[in-house]
Amino acid sequence: MSAVVNPLQGQAQADLAALMSRRISDASLRKQYRLDQLFRHATRLFAFLVLALLAGILIALFIGGLSSMRTFGFGFFFSAEWNPVTEQFGALVAIVGTLTTSVIALFIGIPVSFGIALFLTELSPKWLRGPLGTAIELLAAIPSIIYGMWGLFVFAPVFASHVQPILKSTLGSVPIIGILFKGPPMGIGVLTAGIILAIMVIPFIASVMRDVFEIVPAVLKESAYALGSTTWEVVWHVVLPYTKVGVVGGIMLGLGRALGETMAVTFVIGNAHRLSASLMEPGNSIASALANEFTEAVGDLYLSALIELGLILFFITFVVLALSKLLLLRLARREGRTT
Amino acid sequence: MNAAVLQPVEQALTQKIQVKDLNFYYGKFQALKNINLDIPDRKVTAFIGPSGCGKSTLLRTFNRMYALYPNQEAKGEILLDGENILGPGQDLNRLRAKVGMVFQKPTPFPMSIHDNIAFGVRLYESLSPREMDERVEWALRKAALWDEVKGKLRQSGTSLSGGQQQRLCIARAIAVRPEVLLLDEPASALDPISTGRIEELVHELKADYTIVIVTHNMQQAARVSDYTAYMYLGDLVEFGVTDEVFIKPKKKETEDYITGRFG
Repeated sequence: MSAVVNPLQGQAQADLAALMSRRISDASLRKQYRLDQLFRHATRLFAFLVLALLAGILIALFIGGLSSMRTFGFGFFFSAEWNPVTEQFGALVAIVGTLTTSVIALFIGIPVSFGIALFLTELSPKWLRGPLGTAIELLAAIPSIIYGMWGLFVFAPVFASHVQPILKSTLGSVPIIGILFKGPPMGIGVLTAGIILAIMVIPFIASVMRDVFEIVPAVLKESAYALGSTTWEVVWHVVLPYTKVGVVGGIMLGLGRALGETMAVTFVIGNAHRLSASLMEPGNSIASALANEFTEAVGDLYLSALIELGLILFFITFVVLALSKLLLLRLARREGRTT
Repeated sequence: MNAAVLQPVEQALTQKIQVKDLNFYYGKFQALKNINLDIPDRKVTAFIGPSGCGKSTLLRTFNRMYALYPNQEAKGEILLDGENILGPGQDLNRLRAKVGMVFQKPTPFPMSIHDNIAFGVRLYESLSPREMDERVEWALRKAALWDEVKGKLRQSGTSLSGGQQQRLCIARAIAVRPEVLLLDEPASALDPISTGRIEELVHELKADYTIVIVTHNMQQAARVSDYTAYMYLGDLVEFGVTDEVFIKPKKKETEDYITGRFG
């Protein structure tokens, strides 16, 4: 065997090898291209499936609600009447109940969630972060019927005997907002539903906030600390603006849950189609009206009115999403143009 | 001509920061070993050395940035104008207002250029909008950025180029009117032209501030600094006037590092 390889022969061999590998790669490239195409079409199909589903549900709700729309027109939105016997239906009580409970839930839930996320990311000792974080995620995994039962059997009685009397005697006598806290302390009602909802949305908002706070680069926070900021100033002026898209997203996730929550609200809201200024009075929400009354909805108009309620809930959720996008745009403008 | 004029300047050299028997620990790992060092007022002092030698760690003790992290600990004394900043009574926010810092990567806050500068000022002073505008302009001029951004102060700080962002960060640090400026490899993420501008800036700023700069780049240390400290594996190997350290180092290790035989 000769240790010396003819350089020309070596060159030819290399060319041949290159040629062959190119031919092979041509074939495999074509195959890869076909797979790419297949993959692209498949993912597009899935994406459009979502649109089709959305449109389908919207159309079904619209058709189902048609007879109610014909009968009541726009008056449906502004009528507090809900009488299956005379077949007079109006959505006002349910719309107000849905919005009020959700606003209460966010009013309590956002600050608490912010505090939880702030503590978990900036202040908590390391060993506590894991267990606390897991506990919060577990809260999100509890089925809503458990929250409802707990709300009705445990929270409501305690609330009625210990908290509501205090609210009545303090906030109830404040001039303008006092009207919100009038009425008998029954335990159940719009306020109770709002509080239970707050407990249910906190894990969602808090864990999203924690996740987005954690992706803030350490060096960005350090630069704020380096100017002499306190932890609060760093979080409020730097971390929060940096993560605003995620934070608003987390709040919207919570709001989405609050708007559509059915079981827990049904248990504690009182299910009364009555409009009252007081948060302590029983009321109703769209989702709980649907859950309670679908089985007993005799008559086409009754059913149609319920379906139109569903359409309204759909619409409210859409508006809320649109508003959150607008909010983000405004925040971006305040931060300064990027180009 | 008249050498006597220069003399008093040299004698007036005062020590801004005095490091005494400083040991630093990341948990159980000792990152700094018995550091003793005097950093002169209104001069540029450079820390050089290979990665992991402790130069950034040393820098981060001067504003106690390490205190953000629970298992990092400094023992010994660091005197700023004669006062021990490692003492238990030290107010960290006040210290950091006095000792500004600029980091390796530009870190503009997610707000407008104007607000980036105003952010630190607002923490300590309540200025009228007019005064704040003046302060912002002053800081941006000092950082040689004013001409490039004067028409777009309301734009986001993140819209600037990397070099501009870094000068924005320097302006932000200056706006608080600190006495000491810590620069942690301020040009390592920048192109040569931006680096040149930062170096010019350092040269101009030393008239008003005591500057400590950590750098990987030995030419940079030679160009910008008056004093140089060479560190290796947590030890301060050599400290002296930059020209002497670079031209005739006292220690063999320093010479090896500087001539590129090692590192």
